[in-house]
Amino acid sequence: MLSLLYEILNSIRRNKLRTFLTGFSVAWGIFMLIILLGSGNGLKNAFSAGWGDMLVNVVRIYGGRTNIPYAGFQSGRWIGLNNTDMQFPVEEFPDEVNFTTGSVRLGSKNISVGTEYLVSSLEGSTPNEVVVAGLTIVQGRYINELDMREKRKTIVISQRTKNILFNTGDAIGKTVNVEGIMYTVAGVYSVKDQQNLTGAFIPLSTAQVVYNQGINISMAALSLSDKINDIPSNDEFMQRYKKRFAQQHQISPNDDNAIWYWNRFESYLQTATVGYVINIAVWIIGIFTLLSGIVGVSNIMLITVRERTREFGIRKSIGASPASILTLVVVESIVITTVFGYIGLVCGVGLTELLAGLFTSSGDGLSIFVNPTVDINVAVQATVLLVVAGTLAGFFPALKAVKIKTIEALNNK
Amino acid sequence: MSTIIKLKNINKTYYNGAPLHVLKGIDLEIERGELVSIMGASGSGKSTLLNILGILDGYDTGDYYLNNELIKNLSETQAARFRNKLIGFIFQSFNLIPFKNAMENVALPLYYQKVSRKARNKMAVEYLDRLGLKAWAHHMPNELSGGQKQRVAIARALISKPQIILADEPTGALDSITSAEVIDVLKKVNATGMTVIIVTHESGVANQTNKIIRLKDGFIERIEDNSGHDTSSFGIQNIK
Repeated sequence: MLSLLYEILNSIRRNKLRTFLTGFSVAWGIFMLIILLGSGNGLKNAFSAGWGDMLVNVVRIYGGRTNIPYAGFQSGRWIGLNNTDMQFPVEEFPDEVNFTTGSVRLGSKNISVGTEYLVSSLEGSTPNEVVVAGLTIVQGRYINELDMREKRKTIVISQRTKNILFNTGDAIGKTVNVEGIMYTVAGVYSVKDQQNLTGAFIPLSTAQVVYNQGINISMAALSLSDKINDIPSNDEFMQRYKKRFAQQHQISPNDDNAIWYWNRFESYLQTATVGYVINIAVWIIGIFTLLSGIVGVSNIMLITVRERTREFGIRKSIGASPASILTLVVVESIVITTVFGYIGLVCGVGLTELLAGLFTSSGDGLSIFVNPTVDINVAVQATVLLVVAGTLAGFFPALKAVKIKTIEALNNK
Repeated sequence: MSTIIKLKNINKTYYNGAPLHVLKGIDLEIERGELVSIMGASGSGKSTLLNILGILDGYDTGDYYLNNELIKNLSETQAARFRNKLIGFIFQSFNLIPFKNAMENVALPLYYQKVSRKARNKMAVEYLDRLGLKAWAHHMPNELSGGQKQRVAIARALISKPQIILADEPTGALDSITSAEVIDVLKKVNATGMTVIIVTHESGVANQTNKIIRLKDGFIERIEDNSGHDTSSFGIQNIK
């Protein structure tokens, strides 16, 4: 085996142009493929990056003013949401709705600790909102059921708020003053790619009592189950929900102004479709790139083997068996394609990583490329494919070449 | 003396377009240690005969015994083994591998005998030394003269210590002085007891051998004893 490798090394070293051409087509094929897949992934990632860690399958519901007179009421009546809007969907659509959350907006408040203060929006919130909004809890915890039940005066503040009020010190368990009312800090949150948020959250039950909101809420959110997985099922569910909502609030089922909702899932599906299309486009182009790489390698292997027909004849005349010549060609092409494939792989991955670094440092998630890198498994698989293709491309002509009679091979000029 | 080559009624036809009956029943015996030349006009079948002797080509009917073994319908692998062990080739166009230096070319037959690189390169240098080419051991074929290339090829043919040396027009591409040198080397090789068969159309070369087989149109026209080395160009004796 060592002897064979030495023989091959000798042949590679003394035939630099041939080796370079074969190697270059392999390396270039892999390099281009990785750059291409990387760019595609970057584009796709940029599309989905806007979603951060938010729960996708969510509908947010807001109240509105009626447009159509109904059940003896005049039009123009304000329809507000209240706690029942968090209850009936879970009770009546158990298959479609996993859970609900609700919040009440309390406007901007001055939050202070000692002499440090800032003005921040304050919101009454429920425990599940942490999932729906995609908050990352950096320290402590989010509002929990106990806070809700006991109407505790706890508060969850953002990382930035924490930095302003407590600098580098610990905030958990400390007290903050919200315009005369003292709250205990239960947790600190952050949101991916958004460093400047200041909003603070207190338990919804506390908010409703302390700020005289009764059972009113400003927004209810429904987290939908896996059963709602495409546009038709989503539309169908929304129709049923709106009908039930109209009944609950005594509005006309056809009144589109009295209920406002933002269906995050719908826009997500659209984004996902775009991502899917990009993905397919990239793969098609990628496969063609790979194919042209394979054709390139095959061509050169074909010519190489033809060019070496006489050498094979000489080798056979002095005692080389056909199998030994086949081994020589195949191992040589494996060595060349593997080495150069690896070089192409490293260059491609290196460049995409470099670009990834460049795009990350240039802004806060607004670039058209996010993390334009390739799954290393895909890269390795593509390389292996090209190595196999190169080897087969060498194998078949070599098989033909060794089948040529020795004497004819010797006379091959 | 024992027989090393025995041909019985060998026939060979080429089927490229119109069938061409090249060898028409060749019977021939060559003893171990002989120095033989095969002569004939082009198309007489001399190269075909040599290719069959060298197991580079097959034959249609008849029997060919080499070293008392029947050489018939061999697979390429078996043929390669016989060539490697029993036969050394010398070609008109040298057939050195262009990207290997003289030493590596000479050592190649031993590669196929699984001799280690160190051992075979050492032996190759020894053989090159014997042919006066030690200083050129690391030269590439294109840096050597025709005569030097042929001597490298001879070293390569000898290194596997074969039973017979088959030379196909070994002087065809050389001038008269280097031709004489090459023939001299072959005679010395023969003197060590190796059977040497030379295909040539040069009477001067044939005259150096001890036996001349004359082929004509696929038949053996005649076999001349030339131990006196007095054959003229036209086969007429004693014109000096």
